[in-house]
Amino acid sequence: MSTSQSTTSSTVRSRSAPAARRRRNRGARHGGWGFAFFAPFLVVFVVGVAAPLGYAAYLSLFQDRLIGGTVFVGLENYRRALGDELFRAGLWRVLLFLLVQVPVMLGLALLAALAVDSGRLRRPGLFRIGVFVPYAVPAVVASLMWGYLYGDRFGLAGQIGDFFGTRLPDLLGPDWMLASIGNVVTWQYTGYNMLILYAALRTVPTELYEAAALDGAGEFRKAWSIKLPAVRPALVLATVFSIIGTFQLFNEPNVMQSLAPNVVSTSYTPNMYAYNLAFNGQQFNYSAAVAVVLGGVTAVIAYAVQLRSMRKGQGA
Amino acid sequence: MRTPTTRRRPRRGRASNALTLAMALMLGYALLPLVWLFMAATKDTASLMDSFGLWFGHGFHLFGNIGDVLSYDDGIYLRWFGNTLLYAVVGAGGAAFIATAAGYGLAKYRFRGRTALAATVLGAIAIPGTALAVPTYLLFSKAGIVDTPWAVLLPSLVSPFGVYLMRVYAAEAVPDSMLEAARIDGAGELRTFFTVSLRLLAPGFVTVLLFALVATWNNYFLPLIVLSDPKWFPLTVGLNQWNSLATGAAGSGATTTDFYPLVVTGSLLAIVPLVVAFLFLQRYWQSGLSAGSVKE
Repeated sequence: MSTSQSTTSSTVRSRSAPAARRRRNRGARHGGWGFAFFAPFLVVFVVGVAAPLGYAAYLSLFQDRLIGGTVFVGLENYRRALGDELFRAGLWRVLLFLLVQVPVMLGLALLAALAVDSGRLRRPGLFRIGVFVPYAVPAVVASLMWGYLYGDRFGLAGQIGDFFGTRLPDLLGPDWMLASIGNVVTWQYTGYNMLILYAALRTVPTELYEAAALDGAGEFRKAWSIKLPAVRPALVLATVFSIIGTFQLFNEPNVMQSLAPNVVSTSYTPNMYAYNLAFNGQQFNYSAAVAVVLGGVTAVIAYAVQLRSMRKGQGA
Repeated sequence: MRTPTTRRRPRRGRASNALTLAMALMLGYALLPLVWLFMAATKDTASLMDSFGLWFGHGFHLFGNIGDVLSYDDGIYLRWFGNTLLYAVVGAGGAAFIATAAGYGLAKYRFRGRTALAATVLGAIAIPGTALAVPTYLLFSKAGIVDTPWAVLLPSLVSPFGVYLMRVYAAEAVPDSMLEAARIDGAGELRTFFTVSLRLLAPGFVTVLLFALVATWNNYFLPLIVLSDPKWFPLTVGLNQWNSLATGAAGSGATTTDFYPLVVTGSLLAIVPLVVAFLFLQRYWQSGLSAGSVKE
């Protein structure tokens, strides 16, 4: 399959100009079909994304008041959100999480991908699939498992502590909770990121390694000069997804809340705050504004990372 | 540019013990909670509390626990399992199919607004799904579909990343010359798509399907918000409800430790189908994955 594909793509490239023109004409003639194939996505996109987004933006401009009912307040909700201590604390928390957990996770994923790709492992297939398995575990189940493991009730943490005759720090306590959540997320997604990076590594042509070996490059040199540049685009993609995921943190802290209600507050992460504002506080308008700000911050940071790395990629 | 599916034969160097050991540690980390979960599912409440986590307790209660899980509350667990299956199969299957058609349309046809739509898809990847959850609830409650399966299914059908992946994949996997040939033979565009192109797109389709499957199977935030009737709950929401009953966080105050075996065994049953699906379909999704990761 791979050979037939590379030959077709090279024939396409070597086609003459008239052929290219003919291709464009042909494309234009059937252009309506292109839109028809796209249309179902457009419908679900409008219903599932665009409409809620627009509705959120609309709602965020109003306030429900005891006297006068729902009134238009312009950007008042946004002003309130930007000055909201609880919201800001949640944002700082996920930012801290982002700066620590994401590099750790992606670093581990990269090392694992390089190891699996190195050809120097026994049973690489076993490691590849084994490290990936946690990805198939729902966040709720992962959080429940780790939550039980952390706890001293019947958790491993307590048992290991007993074994050594000491008490381990309370992993569900206020000092350790964020790290404990970070561990759950790292556990779930390291294998997934490893596979994305590994897939990118697999596309490096063997001849490149052979040439490097002839030039006397060692394994580390090869990893640094050939493999890292090769996985750059995949690494950027993984980073962007991790940033989005981190800002949206909800499932793990929400489950942990039932295990440690005094530690995980209702505004622990911005997303939990938006949820609790809406469903426990009935402040739908303000909740919509918080969700819009959160989405905006996420998109801007994700986009900035993408842009910066793209520019760097061109410079190199 | 090389085609994404190009395969490099793995180079076999001398196996390194140190490297293998390091990866074994990582594998241990990945499997440790799963081993614990399995062991915990074989225990009754008493041994759950007092036996070592990574080994069996007194007696083997796995089948008894499974029986309890399935029969509790008139078999509500099976209902949740069925709901999850419905959301996953219809939601993920629909999402993968819609994304495949859209990606194919973008890659293989030129039409007005194509560039703008492609840019929208890329932008939509960065729109965080869960930020939309609260507005989605409000909109759907206006439309009167809150607390019905539609409220979970409709948002699940949107997979911008799937469209992006399939666009890259279709550009490589379906040669223009083949579409041309089909047209000369008089085949309609739809027929060509279903009979010829779809087969060429299969590995990409399976990849998108599997990732959509994970997303819907694991979906928690959205169903938590849009559903209040337990009979429509997926497993994730149901299990956390049981957990709240076990820890006493549900508000009743009384902690019912007898729920722990239910939560643990229910969790184990919930993860089996996806793990099995991934193991059996490895060959497909691994080749599809490389397509998406090569290009930006």
